[in-house]
Amino acid sequence: MTRILSRASAYLQALPLTVILLFFLVLPIGMLLVVSFWDYDFIRMYPDFIWLNYDEVVNSAVTWRVYGNTLKYCLIVWALCLFIGFWVAYFLAFHVRTLTMQMALFLICTVPFLTSNVIRMISWVPLLGRNGLLNQTLQNMGLIDEPLEFLLFSDFAVILAMVHLFTLFMVVPIFNTMMRIDRSLIEAARDGGANGLQILWNVIIPLTKPGIAIGSIFIVTLVMGDFVTTRFMSGGQSASVGSIISNQMGLLQYPSAAANAVILLIIVLVMVGAILRFVNIRKEL
Amino acid sequence: MSRERRSAGFYVLAVFFTLFVIFLYGPISTILILSFQGPEGGLTFPMRGFSFHWFTRLFQQQAVGDFGGSFSRSLFLGLMVMITTVVVSLLAGLAFRRRFKGSALLFYLAIASLIVPSILVGLGVGITFQVLGIRPNWFTSGFGAHLTWTLPFGLLIMFAVFNRFNRSYEEAARDLGASPWQTFRNVVLPLILPSLIGVGLFGFTLSYDEFARSRMTMGSFNTLPLEITGMTTNVTTPVLYALGTVTTVFSLLVIGGALAAILLLRRRSARRA
Repeated sequence: MTRILSRASAYLQALPLTVILLFFLVLPIGMLLVVSFWDYDFIRMYPDFIWLNYDEVVNSAVTWRVYGNTLKYCLIVWALCLFIGFWVAYFLAFHVRTLTMQMALFLICTVPFLTSNVIRMISWVPLLGRNGLLNQTLQNMGLIDEPLEFLLFSDFAVILAMVHLFTLFMVVPIFNTMMRIDRSLIEAARDGGANGLQILWNVIIPLTKPGIAIGSIFIVTLVMGDFVTTRFMSGGQSASVGSIISNQMGLLQYPSAAANAVILLIIVLVMVGAILRFVNIRKEL
Repeated sequence: MSRERRSAGFYVLAVFFTLFVIFLYGPISTILILSFQGPEGGLTFPMRGFSFHWFTRLFQQQAVGDFGGSFSRSLFLGLMVMITTVVVSLLAGLAFRRRFKGSALLFYLAIASLIVPSILVGLGVGITFQVLGIRPNWFTSGFGAHLTWTLPFGLLIMFAVFNRFNRSYEEAARDLGASPWQTFRNVVLPLILPSLIGVGLFGFTLSYDEFARSRMTMGSFNTLPLEITGMTTNVTTPVLYALGTVTTVFSLLVIGGALAAILLLRRRSARRA
């Protein structure tokens, strides 16, 4: 009797999560798929089965360029986040000696993640703007005559802001895996005569791969789905898939937005699948 | 313990880490400073005097849309999401300690919830409500859309907690005749309470700051991030920075409060042990 009760309680305990995910994740994604085949006009959408919404995406040079642009952002931001994230995590995990200090510094890195992204984005304006701090300083130092225009409202600004917002998603998983590396492996490598670089390349990096993979998945999904950063930091001059979807939402063209959403989702899943070929993340938990 | 000498690599990386921290905090601190801009001052340096002018402007209704309303909605929504995230992730975390049919599927569903870009969840939930003919509202569709972001984090934290949990405490309680509820209430819960506060902190702050999932799901009333994003296009005075300062300080207070509670609980349980 208690056996059955305890078996049943696992299901009961899992029930709320299951229900919420079914209703607010599975159903909405299914609905996106359905609605992407619907027809629409200025007022409402009509149940239908047409490929028009997909045709519009596939046959438009503009959308291809935007998808390319989004992938470009993704690749650059990923590379920068990986570089910064790896060395920050490496410093925390292997160079900081006491656990208290490690946790304190880790916390310093984590706090911005828990504050508003929009505010953190806006905060670049007084620094990078035409009359911003950086241009003023450079002009006062006599290094430049004209303010640098590319600093704000440009691809540069978009990438800078994304790295600023998202690097943390790389630091945390990499730090987490590094902290679990058995220190005696490093001792053994050192005793075996490996130098610092060899230890890094042959011991630490291979053992850190799962963390790198998880971080990469975060970066890919965050950048591929972004629309606020792109729009705000490029001053509306650059577009991403997210900002197309967002525009179509604004124009109430939901079936078109849904078609783009489905294509974006497929691209993201393919990228995540590719990353997962390298590691088994379930082992990481 | 004898301390070995710091290598050159340490100093290089220490500088790199310091630059990273400056990179993280530098921009936001310019906003904090500029929000005290004098009444004549603009969106950039130099500071023209020092005043609380823009903070007082913030609380005048007409100056910046509906600051009070959107703030209180974000606050209530954050609290709702926080409580739900703690309870649901705790229950699911307990469920995953045992084998049950479909556990792998549920796990992958939770991971998927983390991987699907936020804008797609927002759009999907918005469209679903529209097709079903339900009016979207912050405490229905908005609430659900936020949960799809906070619950996976909560669940992952619970996994981390229970994977390191020493089952012998529970066995000892059971051997002494405690019922399952007593074991949970008096043994398990006090041990995992600090982590639950962590889950709550994630639940609250992620919801409080969420934008992409809110876009189509909040109905006719804005939450604070939506309001702020709207302001970026039409407010050209430091009142925007004042708002940034206020919400950031609020977030920091919440984070500080949660950390203090966690430390306090840790210290107390260490004293008991």
